Amino acid sequence: MDNSAFPLSARSRRRPFFRLFTIPAVLVAIVFTIAMAAILQYSVRAQIPGSLDVGGFTLANFSAMLRPLYARVFADTVWLCLLTAVISLVLGYPLAYALVRSSNVAVKSFILIATVTPLFLGEVVRTYSWIVVLGNTGFVNSVLIKLGIIVQPLQLLFTVTGVTIALVHVTLPVVVIMLAAAISHIDPDYERAAESLGAGPLRIFFTVTLPLSGPGIVAGLTTAFAWTFSAFATPQLVGGGKVNMVSNLVYQLGFANFNFPFAAALCVAGLLLTYLSIFLMRLLLRPMEKVGLH
Amino acid sequence: MAKPLSHRMMGWAGRAAVVAILGFIILPAVVVAIAAFNDKALLSFPPEQLSLRWFYKAMSYRDFQTGFQNGLIVMLFSSSIALVVGSAFAFVLDRYEFRGKKLIEGLLLAPLVVPHFTVGLGLLILAAQVSLTRTFTVVVVCHVILVLPFVLRSVYISLRNLDERLELAAASLGGKPWSVMFTITLPLLMPGLVSGWLFAAILSFNEFTASLFVTAQRTQTLPVAMYNYVREYADPTMAALSVIFIVVTAALLTLANAYLGLGKVLNVEQAR
Repeated sequence: MDNSAFPLSARSRRRPFFRLFTIPAVLVAIVFTIAMAAILQYSVRAQIPGSLDVGGFTLANFSAMLRPLYARVFADTVWLCLLTAVISLVLGYPLAYALVRSSNVAVKSFILIATVTPLFLGEVVRTYSWIVVLGNTGFVNSVLIKLGIIVQPLQLLFTVTGVTIALVHVTLPVVVIMLAAAISHIDPDYERAAESLGAGPLRIFFTVTLPLSGPGIVAGLTTAFAWTFSAFATPQLVGGGKVNMVSNLVYQLGFANFNFPFAAALCVAGLLLTYLSIFLMRLLLRPMEKVGLH
Repeated sequence: MAKPLSHRMMGWAGRAAVVAILGFIILPAVVVAIAAFNDKALLSFPPEQLSLRWFYKAMSYRDFQTGFQNGLIVMLFSSSIALVVGSAFAFVLDRYEFRGKKLIEGLLLAPLVVPHFTVGLGLLILAAQVSLTRTFTVVVVCHVILVLPFVLRSVYISLRNLDERLELAAASLGGKPWSVMFTITLPLLMPGLVSGWLFAAILSFNEFTASLFVTAQRTQTLPVAMYNYVREYADPTMAALSVIFIVVTAALLTLANAYLGLGKVLNVEQAR
């Protein structure tokens, strides 16, 4: 908006509240930075067994991560994150589209509440729910056995499939919201124009709607990746030690082995890996992200 | 113009897909509700006899009670602090240009990408160095950092949709900055502020991974108590508690949607 038309535009130069409103946020940013610095500092220290204090500087924590046992967990984690992000995108798109374009207010509200509620439920409740659904005496197996489709219960808990299903359920809401934000910014006139020129619904979707929602797709994929990387209760409880992610390793080293330096080093490596993956995804998807919103 | 049959069929296929995906999202909640009312201690479908005993057990379990109280304390402090800090900074972000703006914003939004276990471990190490482990302070600080991005975003979106000319009009009529803030800006921002606070409160109350790192027996929040319960017991007490969680959260969000318009706050529909 153009302020110059108003005589009091000088107000913005005096910047009322500037300091008062900035200082608290800066303090929070500083505490966060110190906490991250503490991790960085611990990651290059030696462990003193049986103590929370740390020894001298060393890079042993990082070289230990190259051992197959740990390298495997990193590879599995990245794979699970990618898988979860892509499935969330595929399932999230139709829902986001319906959320934005449905003309029925009740339908819109229902989709919104149903999608947003799990987002706020927290990992424990959702993970527990999936144990009840996927367990050997759980819902899916009971129904399939009652229907006579299977005789022996399917092993769904403690498998990559089970963990992926639960992880997708965790990331789906946030992907839907990011896609919906992007789709809601697309002017429906573009779609109408394509339709009036004779394009069918599929063609309109793939040549107009989908490309224009590119930035939302990139944001959704990268966020889903980062959130999955952050998941702990899901791989811990649904994976049951059979499917391990970096988060589980960090917790185990910190609280079972009291090796906080190694746990910190895993955090640092995990963080680097998250940012590197997001950077690479962005690089690959750059043509999509560049699409203007209007 | 009537749409051809193939287009209508595609419409139906799309609707069927949406219903199926919604089913996937809702399924666990429905299944947990069925399990919670089952009288048997072991999971079994369908339940043979219904009862409320697991709800009584969930309500009377000691760790859940203290977890609930601890969670409330942490939630009230962290969401209120995050609301004040976040909305103040959202105002600055929206109105002013200054050096380091991008840096501070980046640091405050980083917890959306930095894994919660990393934030938790970092604060645990920090707390150990200043002798604050096992205190509520470290839990509250941790939650403020984690929920701040959500307050920042929802208030920022409301500020973007706010017509600044109203403030300028009040100022031109002689309103001092503080009185313009309290009579014009804050009332107009109310939906963003309330939903920002609500998001922060719900997220704090339900936060688990970072809390697992920074809480001790004495400061354990409800999700941590629930996690410990699931690891030890398999009876449907957790299912009963989950049902309460799901119902309360869905009810709060439905209210928020009715009164504040969640769609606008989440930026999934455009303010016109």
